[in-house]
Amino acid sequence: MMLRVLYFARLRERFGLAEENVDLAGATATATAADLVAQLRARGGAWAEELAAGRAFRVAVNQDIVMLDAVLPEHAEVAIFPPVTGG
Amino acid sequence: MVKAGLMKIVVQTEAFDLGAEVDAMRNGRTDIGAIASFVGLARDMNEGSGVQAMTLEHYPGMTEKALAALVEEAATRWALLDVTVIHRVGRLLPGDPIVLVAVASSHRGAAFAACEYIMDALKTRAPFWKKEETPEGERWVDARVSDDAAAARWSA
Repeated sequence: MMLRVLYFARLRERFGLAEENVDLAGATATATAADLVAQLRARGGAWAEELAAGRAFRVAVNQDIVMLDAVLPEHAEVAIFPPVTGG
Repeated sequence: MVKAGLMKIVVQTEAFDLGAEVDAMRNGRTDIGAIASFVGLARDMNEGSGVQAMTLEHYPGMTEKALAALVEEAATRWALLDVTVIHRVGRLLPGDPIVLVAVASSHRGAAFAACEYIMDALKTRAPFWKKEETPEGERWVDARVSDDAAAARWSA
């Protein structure tokens, strides 16, 4: 399953990457945001650190904030970012 | 629902003028009885150290969608006649205005409440991030637990 993945703010800096195409390995029609996060975490380094269980980050799928158990549609735009600090 | 066209949501680098925005809301109307507004400013101090400047980043596309969604939520809770939300991005200096929320209604109760609701929701759900320049270097601002609490009280 191909996904467009975007990173913002501190995560963009830590990963040294604003966006990329990710092929979610072995994904079925019920692949979730948690599956994507697990695959990214397996890259190690800053990925493992920032996306570790218990770390505060948010996931948006097609520009709506979702829980990690949200199912990913094919070609979804997924964004991963720190808790927001606007206003 | 706020009627189509009666909701202004803008993300911009330029400063804004509260007076001009309120005048634009009032222009040609006699049904509005109250306009409540909030302006958020960049402070020169945060978490115990001086802030020389800050840069606001956002998620183009999602930002506008998220702001529209929370304004629509406010409009389902209170009878609103018009709403304006302007949020700046880019580099700002202490004292600069960051965000403006203005809400028009027939009566003050709805205008005050909806204005506060929109700000509380914006603080926790609109994808903006602040990075501060301090004497100790640059740092990303951490989200505040108090902001989550402020947003949560509306769903109590």
